[in-house]
Amino acid sequence: MINISGLKDGYVIDHIKAGRCMDIYRALDLDKCTGEVAIIKNAKSGKQGKKDIIKIEGLLDINLDLLGFIDDNITVNVIKDEKIIEKKPLTLPTRISNVAKCKNPRCITCVEQELEQIFFLADIEKKVYRCLYCEEALEKGQ
Amino acid sequence: MRHLLNPLDLTVEETYDLIKVAEDIRENPDKYCEVAKRKILATCFYEPSTRTRLSFESAMIRLGGQVLGFSEATSSSASKGESVSDTVSVVGCYSDIIAMRHPKEGAALVASMKSAVPIINAGDGGHQHPTQTLTDLLTIHTYKKKLDNLTIGVCGDLKFGRTVHSLITALVRYPGVKFILVSPEELRIPESIREDVLQKNNIPFEEVETLEDVMPKMDILYMTRVQRERFFNEEDYIRLKDRYILDMDKMKYASDDMIVMHPLPRVNEISVEVDSDPRAVYFKQAQNGVYIRMALIMMLLGLKA
Repeated sequence: MINISGLKDGYVIDHIKAGRCMDIYRALDLDKCTGEVAIIKNAKSGKQGKKDIIKIEGLLDINLDLLGFIDDNITVNVIKDEKIIEKKPLTLPTRISNVAKCKNPRCITCVEQELEQIFFLADIEKKVYRCLYCEEALEKGQ
Repeated sequence: MRHLLNPLDLTVEETYDLIKVAEDIRENPDKYCEVAKRKILATCFYEPSTRTRLSFESAMIRLGGQVLGFSEATSSSASKGESVSDTVSVVGCYSDIIAMRHPKEGAALVASMKSAVPIINAGDGGHQHPTQTLTDLLTIHTYKKKLDNLTIGVCGDLKFGRTVHSLITALVRYPGVKFILVSPEELRIPESIREDVLQKNNIPFEEVETLEDVMPKMDILYMTRVQRERFFNEEDYIRLKDRYILDMDKMKYASDDMIVMHPLPRVNEISVEVDSDPRAVYFKQAQNGVYIRMALIMMLLGLKA
């Protein structure tokens, strides 16, 4: 067991699927964060067996839509004075821009690369996102 | 300002209104011959499509309007690297409405985001071709006097056939519609249509491989071409292309009032001998394409007779 000190003010991004913490680190641009960031891989989890956790010092703006898009099972705890003061609910955003690229070679975004890459939530039950332009389903991990 | 990018951009009521106008145009063409006077349609065709482009041009000319445009990417600024958005921004200065065909899926949507004039999607790759679907609906309405409570057989390439996907998606909005999907195993309807359109809307359908057995049950038989360009392997194309050839022997299984439709061009999936059968309506269908495009141009430009 590794000990990581508690947070005074900041966020704990918990229940990240094991192995995906670096995807989230990159997606949230945490390399640009000037405060402490702890990345915990393969932590023991009752529900998931293993999970990843990210602790971030400081109350910066977190893109919850982006986190919800990556995995809406993630939980975001807001820490103030070393106590959890809020659990931010994550939902699947109805529309998300420039976080994934359409892989359909017949899509207009393949030839006009300055276009915004926009995906919309097409099926909330199956968690299917489709490209706004060509309607091709976005594959997981894309 | 409205655009038409997808057949579902129009409600059932709006579709019905368009059909009524198109039928009136067919009956009373003189009433409409100056409706679009001093209006200009631009046909921006980034890939060749003789029949769709001519159908749009004919529609505008029959409304008393004028037409300009290009018929392939090499004769436009696209060959110099201009974006779709920039092209429509410029063409919108020269015209009142744009019909656009582009090989890339979603190109018409991109155009609509910047255009100052209405955009009609005249086909964007394998994605949408809404005016073909409207043409099909007008043809069905012309011969059946309704769009509900019909059994529609679709035969041939159901996997890659864009017109079939759009038609099914448009028809599931009408009550009592059933489908009989006739195709070889390799060219069956994609899962996205089977699950997200047919099953999701509780539409009865059956999937079969033999045409003759199911023909007696059909009100409409919609034939499609197996498209060579969709195959990576020439052998697969050759093996599948002649799987269904509709000839007079097969037409004996059809009811007297079944109609045969086809988006055209055909290769050999409908024998020429069928052309003279009164149930073969595919050339009338092409004619209907002009009337529905006339009605659509009027709607998008807010013109009345």
